[in-house]
Amino acid sequence: MKKIYKNNNGQIRWFELALTGLGSCVILFVVAPLISMVLATSFGDLTEAAADAEVLQSIKLTLIAALFATAVSALVGVPLAYLLARKKFFGRSILLAIIDLPIIIPHSAAGIALLTVIGRQSFLGRLLGTGLTGTVAGISVAMAFVSLPFLVNAARQAFISVPVRLENIARTLGASPSYTFFTISLPLAWRGVLSGMILMWARGISEFGAVIIIAYHPMTTPVMVFQRFNDYGLSYARSVAVLLILICVSLFIILRFVSNPKNGKSTNA
Amino acid sequence: MLELQSISKSLGSFAMSDISMKIGDGEYFVLLGPSGVGKSVLIEIIAGLIKPDNGHILWNRKDMTLEQPETRGFAVVYQDYSLFPHLTVRQNITYGLKAAGCDSTKIKAPLNALAEMLQIEELLSRKPATLSGGEQQRVALARALIVEPKLLLLDEPLSALDINTRLRLRKELKRVNRELNISVLHVTHDPEEAMVLADQICVMLDSKIRQVAPPTELFRKPSDPEVAAFLGTKNVLHVTKAQEGVCSICEKNIYVSSADFSTSHVWIKPEEILLSTSPFDSSARNQFKCQVVEIDPLDSLLSVHIVSGKLPLTALITYASFNKLRIEVGTEVYATFKSSAIHCF
Repeated sequence: MKKIYKNNNGQIRWFELALTGLGSCVILFVVAPLISMVLATSFGDLTEAAADAEVLQSIKLTLIAALFATAVSALVGVPLAYLLARKKFFGRSILLAIIDLPIIIPHSAAGIALLTVIGRQSFLGRLLGTGLTGTVAGISVAMAFVSLPFLVNAARQAFISVPVRLENIARTLGASPSYTFFTISLPLAWRGVLSGMILMWARGISEFGAVIIIAYHPMTTPVMVFQRFNDYGLSYARSVAVLLILICVSLFIILRFVSNPKNGKSTNA
Repeated sequence: MLELQSISKSLGSFAMSDISMKIGDGEYFVLLGPSGVGKSVLIEIIAGLIKPDNGHILWNRKDMTLEQPETRGFAVVYQDYSLFPHLTVRQNITYGLKAAGCDSTKIKAPLNALAEMLQIEELLSRKPATLSGGEQQRVALARALIVEPKLLLLDEPLSALDINTRLRLRKELKRVNRELNISVLHVTHDPEEAMVLADQICVMLDSKIRQVAPPTELFRKPSDPEVAAFLGTKNVLHVTKAQEGVCSICEKNIYVSSADFSTSHVWIKPEEILLSTSPFDSSARNQFKCQVVEIDPLDSLLSVHIVSGKLPLTALITYASFNKLRIEVGTEVYATFKSSAIHCF
């Protein structure tokens, strides 16, 4: 350990030392609240929360609504990502900025904006006789709106990293653009696309601001954590939060493992 | 027959204009030029991957300029092989047939024939990343040939390979061209490669076509000094004053039978210069006393750089005559060459 921070002639490398020190502060800042929360929650509290049908129901709802949002978004978002990665056209940079909009606007404001499109009083609401407020579909829409940029951006990067030349060769061998996409571009980009989907799913699960405006009930877990904190106090909210975090973290570790090229057969060798 | 009519293209700071050429059926056509003149761009224009700003591409008089790459039937092989990394060698080679909707029974025979021809039968189940450069290039070639292209476009196909593999693959390219009677457009910067492979060589300099000729004619009669210089020809010299039969070059008068007042450059072929340690009588009209400046051993010959006053010359001699002459740097020699062996520009 000592050697890393010293030159061969024994001088201390201050810059490296400073980088490490500052970096450690950042890591600590992220990890400390999480660990402290987990440590403060007894195993009994946790099993109690896990046995609570209401909690389990809300976790199930959250995971499924976010998964649904991700799946539907992938169907429309991946082709868009490919288009943005490959084609140069007028207004492309404006489209890129629009994709990033949901990241920068406050999520409660995003929820209000969505209400005007899918709420009871909206055009769609009047057309259907009811809006999507208070429905699982509405929750999915709110989750999709705020998390879509993560999917599109990751998928776009993944397509950019596929050499255009490979697609060109496929074309000269007689493959149509769509055949080329499904046999060359997508298979070579799928790890990046998948990790974009994981990121989107995670972001969807954690969404609170937009979701609570579209649907207080049925209750997603982030909303439930807020409600329990308001109604019963910290310790009740904490066990639910810890349970959700544990489930999410274990799911993401598994999925990250699957989508990491080092753990499977390398596709880009 | 492929015909390019006045193709023009600008890409950023790069521009080429008015490129026209013809490639006959079954012809091995080499496009020779230094890097950056647009040879690869031209390949991609022919393949349909880049749209030309102007001009037409015709195949057997049919205009292909607006055809999509997949319907042209021109297959490309690149310098970096560009095999599909996620597919096995077998899947790579058969890709074009699968794209055309062929079922597996129709794929087997051509796959086996090509694998045998290019000696890659052992590799079929492997992934591209596990192959050597030469093996990858054979696979890339098989992948292009299986679709029975009308025209094979080769973009510096041998440049990334080591010398032995390069020489072996050269022979195979020629064999493929002959046995399958397929037209080939081969892009390279290597004059020797062009010389060995081509039926026709097209020299491209400064994004312009400078000369199209069979190899023997090209190396015997380069159209201008720049072409000669690019071909690696030595002794291309500037003429300061020319008249019928005599040129003034580097303050020496040299007899050149084909010279007239318009001659601006001459090319004295290095192999036409005889070296001797003493003057001798000869029908050759040019004889100069020189000093040896440098001796470069080549494969089977030695390149001897000599200078007579301000006139620099390079002579090619065999090892046998080198041993007989016993020359070294600083030795005085006589250079003799015929006035009829000098090429004028």
